[in-house]
Amino acid sequence: MQKKIIKIFILLLFVFVIGVFFISLNKNSIYDTQGLVGQKITEIRLDHFSKNKTITEEDLSKNNFTLINFWASWCGPCRDEHPILLRLNKEKNLQLLGVNVKDKKNHALEFLNDLGDPYDELAQDELGKHSVDFGIYGVPESILINKDLIIIKKFIGPISNNDYEYIKNIVRK
Amino acid sequence: MRIKIIIFFIILNFNIVDAETFSIDSNKIFKNLRCLICQGQSIADSNSGFAQTIKLVVKDQIRDGKSEKEIYDFLIEKYGEWIVYKPPLNKVNFLLWLLPYLVFVTGGAIIFLLLKKRYNR
Repeated sequence: MQKKIIKIFILLLFVFVIGVFFISLNKNSIYDTQGLVGQKITEIRLDHFSKNKTITEEDLSKNNFTLINFWASWCGPCRDEHPILLRLNKEKNLQLLGVNVKDKKNHALEFLNDLGDPYDELAQDELGKHSVDFGIYGVPESILINKDLIIIKKFIGPISNNDYEYIKNIVRK
Repeated sequence: MRIKIIIFFIILNFNIVDAETFSIDSNKIFKNLRCLICQGQSIADSNSGFAQTIKLVVKDQIRDGKSEKEIYDFLIEKYGEWIVYKPPLNKVNFLLWLLPYLVFVTGGAIIFLLLKKRYNR
């Protein structure tokens, strides 16, 4: 009887270890913050880039959809996605909020003068501390939220043409 | 005189509370946080922009009187459990926490039963 219990125990342990390895090896080990999709954004406090005001969740809840784009003038991929942001700016149901992260004001302005300004509102996050509230860990990153401030999608890295189509379809529905 | 003594103890009490607030070791927290940019390193070891930002945020939160648990909870809410090296016990990882104890107890029981059997012979 005891031998049987030991055998069953060893077998279960073996199955368990194999199971853990199987699940772990099939899991995507590349980290991202896609887990934030579906969560509500709260306690937003962003300093406006040029005006003496703070952008809060109240401002964002006025828009049907808002794309919050975190960027910096020193960031190469931000240049790549810029033409797409300019195209997105033409969408009626979508407001673009740019957050200039860890950047110098004059460099940021130069960047926008050279490439065009796609943003309806522009905020600055000089030390990057406010970006932590959005789960940001690099630039460029973008977050699409709806009127209820629920995160619909997070875009880690530059927005691609596929992402553009996705956003367009969502906001035109 | 009595009033002075009372005031002295009130001020002393405030200082103790203040000291407790700042006694949270920020380095201990940094060491338990994973740098998401350079994943082999902790926030304490990394010099990446992300690590610098997280250090500032943690220091701010300590200054605001947040407890260690509150700081971890905030960062887990924003970045998921991946950001902490020592994740808290929950329904997803409870087996990971309990399995060593379970194996230890079961192994002990098996050894006990085997020894008992040998002794009875």
